[in-house]
Amino acid sequence: METIDAIDRALIVATQGGLPLVSRPYEALGETLGLPAAEVQRRMARLLERGVIRRIGAVPNHYALGYVANGMTVWDVDDAQIDALGEAVGQMPCVTHCYQRPRHLPDWPYNLFAMVHGHDRDEVLAQAELIAQRLGDAVRARDVLFSSRILKKTGLRLVG
Amino acid sequence: MTERQAPVTLSDLDRQIINALQGGFPLTDTPYADVAATLGISESALLDRLRAMLDTRVLTRFGPMFQVERMGGRFVLAAMAVPEAQFDVVNAQVNALPEVAHNYRREHAFNMWFVLATETPGGIDAAVARIEADTGLPVYPFPKLKEYFVEMKLKA
Repeated sequence: METIDAIDRALIVATQGGLPLVSRPYEALGETLGLPAAEVQRRMARLLERGVIRRIGAVPNHYALGYVANGMTVWDVDDAQIDALGEAVGQMPCVTHCYQRPRHLPDWPYNLFAMVHGHDRDEVLAQAELIAQRLGDAVRARDVLFSSRILKKTGLRLVG
Repeated sequence: MTERQAPVTLSDLDRQIINALQGGFPLTDTPYADVAATLGISESALLDRLRAMLDTRVLTRFGPMFQVERMGGRFVLAAMAVPEAQFDVVNAQVNALPEVAHNYRREHAFNMWFVLATETPGGIDAAVARIEADTGLPVYPFPKLKEYFVEMKLKA
């Protein structure tokens, strides 16, 4: 694992709340950090290349966009088949995130998680049905957990 | 504390801006002017709309999105089954930790689901222990074993 240096870290701390909304944001960051704008741009390009920055852009509030129904669909599927099934479910257009996660027996039997967003609950349930069809006989148990409230959404916060 | 946000009516321009800017913001000297040009608007109009959408929380952020695992850290989903009577108190205790990147209430016996993001792998265990100590409730960590797909882009 390649780590980040102190300057990269300072750059992350300076941008984790957002990019300055000024004409020359990289120059503005450079002034704060005591770096030339070109060095800020070079480092951010490198962080993007390495995947430390996933992307740069707008993070919409999906409720505000009308995606008011957000369902975490969870499935108990055969461990021997989960990789093929997870890849297939991940390719479905309605799925924004798809992971294998551990079970916590007996309270939590599910090992495959697929996040689905819709304009209403029926749309989410219809999408869950499509996932169920794709998983077929491999499903032993299933559930959909709808979110009823965003309690916090700040993203990563390194302590300055 | 973020209440559930009601859908808002977006102008065509705001939709175009959101759809165009969910990634790929340029690293040029004047990136807003460059993006504005592709949308056929002025730089100041783009900056005004971004400020307005941040103020009204149509956008939760504008800037880089980080993958903490690529710099040696960890993201872990975790859940708790919080008794209703204690929900607000526990919510405040959990949200007080800077390691809690986001937190959702869900309709299930496990009614609180949050993501811990820490700079070091050990930070997760410390945050879990802290939450358990503060709340007196068990935390169920769900670290990802495999990531099959992640692409959180929604059409406005």
